[in-house]
Amino acid sequence: MKTDDLVEILSTNLQPVDWREVSRTILLAAGLGALAALAVMMLLFGLRDVSDLRAWIFLAVKFAFTGAIIAVSLAYLVRIARPGGERRVSMILVAIPFAVAVVALALSLALAPVSDWPPMILGRHWLLCIACIPLNATLPFAAIIFAMRQFASPTHLARAGALAGLAAGAISAFVYALHCTDDSLVFVALWYGLTMALCTVVGALLGPRLLHW
Amino acid sequence: MSSVEGELKGLMIKALGGDERAYRVVLGRISRYLRGYYKIRLSQAARSAGDAEDLVQETLMTLHLRRHTYVPELPFTPWLYAIARYKLIDYLRRTRSSLATVAMENAEQIIACDDQIASESSLDVDRLLKRLPPKFRTAIRHVKLEGLSVAEAAAQTGMSESAIKVNVHRGMKALAALIASGRR
Repeated sequence: MKTDDLVEILSTNLQPVDWREVSRTILLAAGLGALAALAVMMLLFGLRDVSDLRAWIFLAVKFAFTGAIIAVSLAYLVRIARPGGERRVSMILVAIPFAVAVVALALSLALAPVSDWPPMILGRHWLLCIACIPLNATLPFAAIIFAMRQFASPTHLARAGALAGLAAGAISAFVYALHCTDDSLVFVALWYGLTMALCTVVGALLGPRLLHW
Repeated sequence: MSSVEGELKGLMIKALGGDERAYRVVLGRISRYLRGYYKIRLSQAARSAGDAEDLVQETLMTLHLRRHTYVPELPFTPWLYAIARYKLIDYLRRTRSSLATVAMENAEQIIACDDQIASESSLDVDRLLKRLPPKFRTAIRHVKLEGLSVAEAAAQTGMSESAIKVNVHRGMKALAALIASGRR
């Protein structure tokens, strides 16, 4: 076939397209995935006790940490979903909330006597935390990947997968915070941070296989 | 270089809105840049530059199906370069190259060489179409090859207009997949 003939075929009866569709679909998928994760969390574990100010403050801290990561990762995900989008993504900026968490963790530990460290680190439900966040992240992750396979064309697949994993992990952690009563900065930085990092790594590994086009 | 960028971008924005003439012009120009880019890169990878035309057409097909991923506010050249490089890497891997890494260059490399010397590719539309499900084949034949409008094609086939559009789109996707799988 001559290339001119192909050009003719492609341009005949050309349909207009909406370039906003990519971002819209990915954000919609993330939203639906978040609702699904929320439903699972509330049905299985329920809302935490929020009867005192301390509980509200820690809920806000957890929301700020995970919410910041949700915002950054989704903002970058809709960029990296397009060809060449990796040039417009700074993985350093993504690392900032994690760096803040590490500093908070180090300061909290440094200011406390060593005998207090075990309860600060382990809390009451660290095992539930590290099981719930990655498992529940599969729902938003599946939704985001499904949307990307339909509409997106990332050209850096590992990084696109990593951002999808991070967004899903952060959404799952945000939802888990509604149940979690382990109120120490060390606990949040360590277990929330680690589980979100795990989701990022898994996303990066799956990206090339799932997002290839 | 920057004037090329401005022209291509202007044409592409019109094409996203459905302007056939602008799209025909921009695809023609893109195909010449792709040809120049692929001929050089394939010979660098010790591949036959004769495969360049196949790769040009495969990339045009992909670009067509992915044209909604271009954001009109952003420069056009980096978008085109990213797709061209992605398809090149894909092609090299698929055809078992030891050299599956392609250095990341300045995006303007993609418009560095305007090559008008086209050869015929090994793609045969008629043969490819025969391998599609009948409703895709009929829709593509009427709307894309014979140039009937969507309404005319709907009247002739008894399908609804939206069914025609959907079948053309899915059929083009299936065609692109056939081409990319290398089973011609």
